[in-house]
Amino acid sequence: MMQTFLASQFFFNWRRNLSAIIGSAIIAVFIVIVAFGPLMVAQNPYDLTQLNLLDSYKPPAWLPGGDPQYWLGTDGQGRDVLASIIYGTRVSALIGIAAMLCSCLIGTTLGLLAGFYGGRLDAVIMRIADLQLSFPSMLIALFLMSAVGTGIDKVLIALTAVGWVVYARTVRGSTLGEIEKEYVQAARVAGLTNGKIIRRHVLPNVLTPLIVIATVQVGTFILIEASLSFLGVGVPITQPSLGLLIKNGFDVLFSGLWWTSVFPGLMIMAMVFGINLFGDFLRDELNPRLK
Amino acid sequence: MFAYTVKRLIQMVVVLWAVSIIVFLMMSFTGDPVFMVIPIDSSEAEIEQARRILGLDRSLPEQYIIFLGNLLQGDFGTSYVFRQPAIDLILERLPATLEIVVVAMVIATTIAIPLGVYAGANPGKPLSRLIMSGSLLGISLPGFWVGMMLIYFLAVEWRIFPSSGRGDTVEVFGVPTSLLTADGWSHVLLPAITLSVGTLAILLRITRAGMMEVTRQDYMKFARAKGVSRRGVLYGHGLRNGLIPVVTIFGLQLGDLIAFATITETIFGWPGMGKLLVDSIYRADRPVIVVYLMLVALIFVVINFLIDILYTMIDPRITVK
Repeated sequence: MMQTFLASQFFFNWRRNLSAIIGSAIIAVFIVIVAFGPLMVAQNPYDLTQLNLLDSYKPPAWLPGGDPQYWLGTDGQGRDVLASIIYGTRVSALIGIAAMLCSCLIGTTLGLLAGFYGGRLDAVIMRIADLQLSFPSMLIALFLMSAVGTGIDKVLIALTAVGWVVYARTVRGSTLGEIEKEYVQAARVAGLTNGKIIRRHVLPNVLTPLIVIATVQVGTFILIEASLSFLGVGVPITQPSLGLLIKNGFDVLFSGLWWTSVFPGLMIMAMVFGINLFGDFLRDELNPRLK
Repeated sequence: MFAYTVKRLIQMVVVLWAVSIIVFLMMSFTGDPVFMVIPIDSSEAEIEQARRILGLDRSLPEQYIIFLGNLLQGDFGTSYVFRQPAIDLILERLPATLEIVVVAMVIATTIAIPLGVYAGANPGKPLSRLIMSGSLLGISLPGFWVGMMLIYFLAVEWRIFPSSGRGDTVEVFGVPTSLLTADGWSHVLLPAITLSVGTLAILLRITRAGMMEVTRQDYMKFARAKGVSRRGVLYGHGLRNGLIPVVTIFGLQLGDLIAFATITETIFGWPGMGKLLVDSIYRADRPVIVVYLMLVALIFVVINFLIDILYTMIDPRITVK
């Protein structure tokens, strides 16, 4: 398995593509942060017993007044900025990935059904998709959040509600192409049920284009979630994402306390940039037409 | 063309109707607005009376019919907070929002298209790679964070620009604009730049993709062979054909800019309708949210319609059916 991969065209191209390597490296670093983050920092920023108010608003360690204990400084409650960023990165990344999985699951299912069965079901699903696409995702998500209130589960619902469309449309398009092909007709002649044909034969053949969409969507979702949380309608303050950290930092930015908002922003930028670099590479690899 | 226009107009009405249902349903689930209009310690009878006045004692379909009827008569409800017609509040703030959206669009377009043409015509050159990496960074940035950094460096640290507000305005045909005063421009620039970052990056990437597609076409080689200059081929023959996907994205981006203006306006204290929307969401000021969404829906369907018409003008091969 490993050897086939190392000998593949994909790996060959990856090794020669600097931005793909950088993107993968950034993603790898973030996977480590998400998996082991809390073990890497001394302080649990949300355990009040570990906070010391006397340490509030310390600048980063290399500046005058900085404390070597807090590399990136502290916020108003004496919370280590580095520790909050690492905890916040987990929230942001996990929301992005979970929302992508939900969107992919729902969108792919609806797309398969619409493409395979056609008719009224197809018309209804696609009209909803059209209606949704005529509005920016950010606005729909903002509106949904304002209706359902804050919370991680609600952010997931809002992101899924805006994210499924792209899968549904892509999968429906490829499904329409696939069901014309001989192998599907052969499966029908062989007497397989519709459910089996969809799952065993059509599904595996429509998945490839979804890989790129799913990769890039994680980045988009991280940005939308950050915007929602920045506006105060995203995650709750007990589980702040990077966006909420930036919002908290914004409130004190005018006093010159820049470190509480600059570093979380850089973190989002690095994470989404890595995802997009890798997504770009995947797009070139998986869509030979565009080369 | 006439039949097409009529068909599209009917579609637009259907979309707006669908939006009105969705908006109405969502608003009905967002809790009881009755305490927005009366004090929380009111008696049962007062609450009942308020509910009756607001029409909340009726069934959902009945409420919707009344809601739709009011919309059609141009009655969009009264803001719970401002005690003014919600539509007036929004329309008052619409010019300010359009101002930063238009300036952002102009900034994005004037930078994105030349850079995109260059990167598309010279793939592989170091400068093209730099442009493309920059644009990828542009779509990876949280827009509101860019705004905060601009505020911190240019307004707080170096005090070149004001950090918030709209500045001096001049009335033109009864509409206040800050684009005619120096003070106004100094207030417009930072929010507009903030808003333009994402759009700039996306337009650039689409322009490049379009240009890469057309530079391979035979008519480009032919034009060069017949003696048209390189510039002339790129902008005269190439851009016109490469521009078609750009126009679609342009329309979508205009919508996105209006949506993201909510955040930008919040950061810069810009008195536009986006900030009003965010404030209204905090205060659960339902009528204002409803009017905002209906108005934005209207703007979007009109933009989409205009884009489709614009297609046929740029590309005579496309005919409307």
